[in-house]
Amino acid sequence: MDINCIIIDDEAAARAIISHFCDQVDSLTVVEEFPNAIEAMKFLNKNEIDLIFLDIHMPDFTGFDFIESLKNPPNIVLTTSDKNFAIEAFEYDCIVDYLVKPVTLPRFQKAIQRTESVAKRGSDTHDGSEASGELQKKELYVNIDRRLIKIDFEKIFLIEAKGDYILIKTDDQNYTVHSTLKKIEDKLPDSLFLKIHRSFIINIKRIVDIEDNSVLIAKDVIPISRSNRPELMKRLNLL
Amino acid sequence: MTGPNLNFIDELAAGDSTFKNKIISIIKTELPIEISAYRSSIETLDYDTAAAHVHKLKHKISILAMTDSYETVVTYEENLRNGNKKGEDRFDKILAAISKFIDDL
Repeated sequence: MDINCIIIDDEAAARAIISHFCDQVDSLTVVEEFPNAIEAMKFLNKNEIDLIFLDIHMPDFTGFDFIESLKNPPNIVLTTSDKNFAIEAFEYDCIVDYLVKPVTLPRFQKAIQRTESVAKRGSDTHDGSEASGELQKKELYVNIDRRLIKIDFEKIFLIEAKGDYILIKTDDQNYTVHSTLKKIEDKLPDSLFLKIHRSFIINIKRIVDIEDNSVLIAKDVIPISRSNRPELMKRLNLL
Repeated sequence: MTGPNLNFIDELAAGDSTFKNKIISIIKTELPIEISAYRSSIETLDYDTAAAHVHKLKHKISILAMTDSYETVVTYEENLRNGNKKGEDRFDKILAAISKFIDDL
């Protein structure tokens, strides 16, 4: 399996070490190195890459900012001197491993094995069907106070945007998470969830009642925006 | 405090003298710049930026195999992020040691 990769790190010594390790793995080809994320983005706008070695701490534009800016990120191996970002890294599906500097060759090789394994799984199941991927995932994990909390999709009935946070309402309890509605929307299966208002995502299986321009979910009355109403009606399979 | 040495670089290079020379050359170039930037941040009392520079210097300190100084640097970085310079003197000693070592290479 050939893996084309790029290295993004503002520290030349760090780039040199990763590049040196890449030279020792037959399947890896370093296509380019970048001292900042902006230059890398320009490259990625025109070129396809299988893997990115990405530093988290960069001036002006962090590694996580960079990932958020990518529409379809390739596999990413994060590199950092800080162990504390491992939890946040876990929230991103595209991150396959997390290397703490100074990186050693055995640990690097393990990361590549994981990358190859992920890439192989991706190609084995690739049939253009994202829905099959969604059906396999039955939960998501949210980061609250540096703990990862598992929430089953079926237990979520409503998600509300609250400034820089979202409120996830489930049968058991409510969770306040530092996130945007857009970010969590990308992680939710389309078969279960629908955004019916700029501030609300609902679990359509938990609709109790619909009246005029609002739905009743559990005991919450949620407005339906005019632009989202057609999609809601389509999904409800109305007679 | 264990002094800086090339043990980790030798391990990384595994006999590749081209790579070894490249890493040493990069450190000789980057280190004075990063130390200067760190000192400027301290002088202007910009502890957040100083912490970011310490974060970067931390990697070079570990590349130069000063493993027993690493936790000192981690603590100092955290103190700076919390708005204080506790640990500055010890960090300055580490910087002095690695600067001299690199200059002598």
